[in-house]
Amino acid sequence: MFEIILIVTTALLLAWPLGRYMAAVFSGAPHVSDRLFLPLENLLYRLLGIAPTQGMDWKRYGAAFLFSNLVLGLLVFGLLLLQHRLPLNPDGIGPLSWDLALHTAISFLTNTNQQHYSGQAQLSYLSQSVVIVTLQFVTPAMALAICVAVLRGMMGGRQVDGAADNSERDLGNYYVDVVRSVVRLLMPLAAFMALLLTSQGVPSTYQGAANVALVDASVETQEQTIPLGPVAAMVAIKQLGTNGGGWYGPNSANPLENPTPLSNAIETIAIVLLPMATVFMAGYMLQRRGFALMSLAAMGLLSALCIGASVYSERLPNGAFAELATAGANMEGKEVRFGPDLSALWATFTTQTSNGSVNAMHDSLNPVAGLVTRVGMLVNAIWGGVGCGFVNFLVYVWITVFLAGLMIGRTPEIFGRKIETREITLLGALIVLPTLCILVFTAITLAVPAITGHSNPGFHGISQVFYEYTSAFANNGSGFEGLGDNTPWWNLSCVVVLLLGRYLPLVLPLMIAGSLARKRVAPVTSGSLRLDTPTFCLTLVSVILILNFLSFMPATVLGPIGEALALAQPTTIVTEVLP
Amino acid sequence: MHAVDFEKTSLAGALTTALRFSLLMLLVCGLFYSTSVTLLGGLLFPARASGSLIQRDGQVIGSVLVAQPFNSARYFHSRPSAVNHDPTATGGSNLAPSNPALRERVAADSARIQNLEGVSAHAIPVDLLAASGSGIDPHISPAAAALQAARVARARNLDSEKVHQLIALHTETPQWGLFGQPRVNVLRLNLALDAGAETDTRHD
Repeated sequence: MFEIILIVTTALLLAWPLGRYMAAVFSGAPHVSDRLFLPLENLLYRLLGIAPTQGMDWKRYGAAFLFSNLVLGLLVFGLLLLQHRLPLNPDGIGPLSWDLALHTAISFLTNTNQQHYSGQAQLSYLSQSVVIVTLQFVTPAMALAICVAVLRGMMGGRQVDGAADNSERDLGNYYVDVVRSVVRLLMPLAAFMALLLTSQGVPSTYQGAANVALVDASVETQEQTIPLGPVAAMVAIKQLGTNGGGWYGPNSANPLENPTPLSNAIETIAIVLLPMATVFMAGYMLQRRGFALMSLAAMGLLSALCIGASVYSERLPNGAFAELATAGANMEGKEVRFGPDLSALWATFTTQTSNGSVNAMHDSLNPVAGLVTRVGMLVNAIWGGVGCGFVNFLVYVWITVFLAGLMIGRTPEIFGRKIETREITLLGALIVLPTLCILVFTAITLAVPAITGHSNPGFHGISQVFYEYTSAFANNGSGFEGLGDNTPWWNLSCVVVLLLGRYLPLVLPLMIAGSLARKRVAPVTSGSLRLDTPTFCLTLVSVILILNFLSFMPATVLGPIGEALALAQPTTIVTEVLP
Repeated sequence: MHAVDFEKTSLAGALTTALRFSLLMLLVCGLFYSTSVTLLGGLLFPARASGSLIQRDGQVIGSVLVAQPFNSARYFHSRPSAVNHDPTATGGSNLAPSNPALRERVAADSARIQNLEGVSAHAIPVDLLAASGSGIDPHISPAAAALQAARVARARNLDSEKVHQLIALHTETPQWGLFGQPRVNVLRLNLALDAGAETDTRHD
């Protein structure tokens, strides 16, 4: 328990100054770091052919975001499809099927990193360390740029003083924001972290796999092939950018990807570092300390409840081991060097933040911890993914402001700007969207048993399908990995869910922010709704929980809750639910 | 009062910028970052950067980080692996607690270990029956090592006290006294046993 508190506290203490630095980076004001980074940035702007001072309204900002994704996506799809003909492939890895290449390209383009392949076995060094690493840098930077633009919109845009009423506002320059995120934030952090990880034993080499003669002569196989490669560089940005796609199949459970408890602590902190820092950044950008504290409290409360439930659950024995071993914590799918607590903490953070990396196999978690992973992904705003997490959180805030406004009988306003029909229509779409995507696809897949690909019977089999679509929509990327998901149905249906789960939850809030930015600001009076009070915080938490309960309670009952009840009452014939 | 002037861009212009952006990012993040960090890591920490390999008599016989299969009674055994300890196929069992297949596997392993070590089911530490997440977990818990000590001592004709001492010597405590669980690296422990055996023969 002490270790969990230590890790969480360290993350918060690092996130605070980092959030302040991020606010400075995006303000564009002169900064001490200019001397180091400005020459590279200016070079990139010149090569891009853009004028960094040129602002964009929400339409141009959104269009630049979508165009850059379209082109980058096509390019990456081509590179993955042709990987077997391209250089940097010392282990001679073969081609990917077109649907797998498409799923992989979209999955990494949407910052999801859902993997229907097994890293070291199916991708070349070029695919992993150039193609995927690039997306792991660029996609969090893109979402962070959208988040920054939304925050600027909530304050009326840049150069708000003297702007004409109801005119489109300047939300910043998309390419400048992305380049600054990569150059000033992600790359220095990732480089530092990669070296720390190598010091703990994460491979960092361009040599091919190592061949090993085994020690015990009495075992059948006499050789072991240990795949190596430029692993550390990828693992660092995988953790920092809420990406989650690892070098090796079992991700950070693999001792080569996460060798020591210290590397585990570093990787765990990296999962939540930027999402936490974004909250502080928002406080500085909005110049509203109270709002940032309220956000921290709401997220922190939900996060702590989930961590508690998950740790409690994993300290309990795995039902299948009853009377066959000492009564101890659930160790199936876990590593001895981490044990139950650190595995449960990671499982909670990785699903709350849309990271999706794992250090233990989620399929073998006890049902309550399995439920917690689903809660994190469905809410998707407890810390949340880099950039997109806070945007999702703002959506919940806007909804709560509207509901609270109705309850106290006043026009709903946020920072003096009215939330009206246009905003509410868009917010309504955002509430319905996850329900539609996740539940409809889960239902279709379960209706055709031949395509489910589930590997566990009963309620857990339903969970596997539900989990996969939840993870795709939340752009999380973790999985109940027993699922046989490299099939055309899974690859293509997940592509649809991935795209809807990425672009609508980023573009619709940008539209809302663009529309809020144009509004005349009403003066704050004693009758205005205050957002920095415990009352608002608890209302917000209730709204988050009620919305998700209403949408997903039935599906959870058929999945983890059903499994928990069945395990408590082992005589139930669970296989009748799904063979 | 003023309205901001926004740039008028054509579709072709927008696509060109997007293409330039994509290519630049592939160069900066994919090539520049990856290569410089990988080379620097290899330069600063050469042994760890290349897989923490162990050599004996000039031959690579394993990695500290990767479990090997051990079958002989003379060696401590690693944790169960869903992938036969194959580092190219790493992964866990992905069996849910409610899956009857998990119960069957654990029951069979439990019976085998009870028989092998001559103990009751309630004496077997969970990690010795649970498949690891990676399939190549290099560690077992100190309790799981202690359970195997008597059998290894018998097979090697050693004093069981000596084997327990060796386990204690190879028990890694939490890093900096703060992080992680106490654990025993199976490969290192077995190599130490072999090394001790060689010294003993020379003395004879």
